[in-house]
Amino acid sequence: MKNKSKWLSGPYVLWMVLFTLIPLGVVLYYALTDSVTGEFTLSNLANFANYWPIFLRSIWLSIFATLICLLIGYPVAYYIAHCKPALQRLLQMLIMLPMCISFLLRTLAWVALLEDTGIINNFLTSIGLSALPLIRNNGAVILGMVYNYLPYMILPLYTVIMKIDHRLVEAAQDLGCNSRQVFAKVTLPLSVPGIVSGITMVFVPAVSTFYISQKLGSPGTILIGDVIESQFKAAYNPNLGAALSLVLMVLIFVCVGIMNHFTDSDDEESMVTL
Amino acid sequence: MRKVNRVFTALVFIFLYIPMIVLAVASFNKGTDIAVFSGFTFDQYKELFRDKHLLSLLGNSVIIAVLSSLVATVMGTAAALGIHSMRGRLRSAVMTMTNIPMTNPEIVTGVSMALLFAFVGILLRTNAVLGFWTLLIAHITFNLPYVILNVMPKLSQMDPDLTEAALDLGCTPVQAFFKVVLHEIMPGILSGALMAFTMSLDDFVISYFVTGSGFVTLPVEIYSYTKKPIQPKVYAMFTLIFITILLLMVVMNLMQARDKTKRKKAHGLQKEVGR
Repeated sequence: MKNKSKWLSGPYVLWMVLFTLIPLGVVLYYALTDSVTGEFTLSNLANFANYWPIFLRSIWLSIFATLICLLIGYPVAYYIAHCKPALQRLLQMLIMLPMCISFLLRTLAWVALLEDTGIINNFLTSIGLSALPLIRNNGAVILGMVYNYLPYMILPLYTVIMKIDHRLVEAAQDLGCNSRQVFAKVTLPLSVPGIVSGITMVFVPAVSTFYISQKLGSPGTILIGDVIESQFKAAYNPNLGAALSLVLMVLIFVCVGIMNHFTDSDDEESMVTL
Repeated sequence: MRKVNRVFTALVFIFLYIPMIVLAVASFNKGTDIAVFSGFTFDQYKELFRDKHLLSLLGNSVIIAVLSSLVATVMGTAAALGIHSMRGRLRSAVMTMTNIPMTNPEIVTGVSMALLFAFVGILLRTNAVLGFWTLLIAHITFNLPYVILNVMPKLSQMDPDLTEAALDLGCTPVQAFFKVVLHEIMPGILSGALMAFTMSLDDFVISYFVTGSGFVTLPVEIYSYTKKPIQPKVYAMFTLIFITILLLMVVMNLMQARDKTKRKKAHGLQKEVGR
């Protein structure tokens, strides 16, 4: 029976080959061919050098956003993990709930809040203060990223912290650790798998985003996602778009590979589940 | 320390919900400027229910979400059962493939599928490949890993003796699956299906690349508002969607809580019998 049930995966494997592996092959094909003649060329990939500053900007902004998410997310995940079970479920649900509302609209709501004549600035001027330049700068883009991807940091952290065996904490206390030492020597090392998957889950969408930067950033601070999007929707040069996507993908797989090096946990279990 | 953390957590929750409050308040606003509240009204809701176009777009989103999560749940659950019985290299190969759409940025997934469909379009000599079917295929593809990653842990938590017992008591393997295994992994299947449904309903990036002019979903339409001003009835719509999902989650939560207490009771009973 064991041998037969293996075949239940058949349709799935076929599906994934057709719609995940083959498309990646098509990306490779487009990236390596000329847009006009269709002949083999490396010029699309070489073109990538022109976009290097944009790549760097995307990477820097998302590293910032990821670190802020980690600093904000860890205490929250820690707090939730130490609540009573019923409250834990409620808070976990409240973390996920905003993810269900279109991120486009939530970003538009931030635009309404931050704009020069937006809600925050209207409030500031009404109490006699001067308006602040809150939008169309890198800070606003980072805020947008942090806001949108914070739940992806909190959830895996929470899952891992919750599973830490409390007897280990008690043992450390018995052996004379104070609460700071317990945290530094027991809790933090044991939450590394959660930190790694949280960082991955925030960094990947942040580095490739293209809507947040359009709405909250200035026209001069486009990100690599914006460039790829415009190759398909405005400029129509799918070959260059494919080449940039390929570079982005390789970059991310390298980053994720390095990150996963820090943890030897089984990936199957550390992903977020409801 | 715990008190400081409580205040901090509360602040983070407020941060997460500020835009939701802005949208909800804007849905009752008389004026059209989201930043200025000029009086309370239900007009946006009335407008919304008169707008056949917007409602049909929501309908499109729901159709795609229901169909894609249904197909993904059936195919994904079967796949999880299969993977569960795999060992060694084959298993890790299939799991790696499952992780590709999870680690790949959405924009790359969207681009790769768009290029695949463009390629197929060239082969078939047609321009009209993009539409309902491409959207459905794309959504099923990115939903599948969520189902598998929700079902797999339940399968490994399950006591293998249960299936053995069912087989010993005369069940065929198929009967054993439907009477025992399915019941045990149901919470995983349900949460996987729900996750797939919400992911699909809210997906913008991948849909944006594989959608055609014939069949548009709600998030894709909202993106086009970047060029024209957004209509306030959209806020009304999302306030209603927010409330619906909130209710759905509360029901899920209560069901899970009931399930947990039932399990606890059963566990306690087992201990009693064991004694």
